[in-house]
Amino acid sequence: MCTTCGCSSGETRIEGDALDYVHTHEHSHAHAAAPAYAPAHSHTHYARGPAHAHAPGLSRSRMVSIEQDILAKNDAYAASNRKHLAERGIFALNLVSSPGSGKTTLLVKTIEMLKGRLPIAVIEGDQQTSQDAERIRATGAAAIQINTGKGCHLDAHMVGHAFEKLPLPEGGALMIENVGNLVCPAAFDLGEAHKVVILSVTEGEDKPIKYPDMFAAASLMLLNKCDLLPYLSFDVDQVIAYARRVNPDIQVIRTSASSGEGMDDWLAWITVGVADAVAARC
Amino acid sequence: MHEMSLAEGVLQLLEDAARRENFARVSVVWLEIGRLASVEREALAFCFDAVTRGSIAEGARLEFVDTPGSGWCMACAKSVTMEALHAACPDCGSYQVQVTGGTEMRVKELEVDA
Repeated sequence: MCTTCGCSSGETRIEGDALDYVHTHEHSHAHAAAPAYAPAHSHTHYARGPAHAHAPGLSRSRMVSIEQDILAKNDAYAASNRKHLAERGIFALNLVSSPGSGKTTLLVKTIEMLKGRLPIAVIEGDQQTSQDAERIRATGAAAIQINTGKGCHLDAHMVGHAFEKLPLPEGGALMIENVGNLVCPAAFDLGEAHKVVILSVTEGEDKPIKYPDMFAAASLMLLNKCDLLPYLSFDVDQVIAYARRVNPDIQVIRTSASSGEGMDDWLAWITVGVADAVAARC
Repeated sequence: MHEMSLAEGVLQLLEDAARRENFARVSVVWLEIGRLASVEREALAFCFDAVTRGSIAEGARLEFVDTPGSGWCMACAKSVTMEALHAACPDCGSYQVQVTGGTEMRVKELEVDA
């Protein structure tokens, strides 16, 4: 448990450090020092049954109304992250996909093409290793690695802590490469401007309807590894139709990090996003 | 979806409430889970039991309150019942349905012991 703010951090490590090591607490956490609870009173009777089964006067049970979303805490951290980014004119993207879709290779190619044109930094998420962060750093861009341990998705709390260790790309783009997983990351807002789902053409046309939550949550689908299309019987029209069934507003760009196909359109999309973030800087 | 993270989320809400409202134990938690919410109740109950051991909610009972799924069908221009997320309109079969209710995952209320 994070000893400063009491939030649960499990086995998460950022650049090898456990979360309770990192605290500087500039961003807002709702927290209070954990109180020493009074030991339970000496009655052996605990109300486990329905409320009407209490003997009146014997137990001090009462009802407390909560009316809060279960993900309220993550949403609060995400809102804090979003504000932190907006104040610095940073366009943040949450890149999601199955493992092996080509996210990191695409990201490396993106950084190489954007270098000198836009400030860019990367937050990498994986269960283990810092291999992805090292690949990004080899391009000259700043990157930080979050290892979730047993966790299968990044959450806003981890990302907020990563901000403390990363030189944030003011007036530029922050790429958050999520853990490879087409299910869990869909529900966790990190404070990003958009989720971008990367689906490679070796994965099958039916993925958007098999994993609809992810495609519904994304603003843009990058259909990656398009250089392999001549060797596959992959129906591009079908995958786009399925994606649009689940999310009528989803945009689609066909890309290939190896051949360069679609990279100009993808970079243009990022550039427009950065310009909007800079213009809206508060 | 992600039952362990959700169970941890519920516990955090309970602990925050305990500090705010000054109680030491939770005996019952009412969760409002919509018909279209991406959560498996049995898995959530299992994870909740695991996550609350040694906490103020150890042994607490989970009660689920159902809320129905609803959507606005753009083809029919009316509200329809939805049994599943991303389903077609039950009346006209169109997929152009905007979900209007049933995805909630909320902690409604608690029975606590001071």
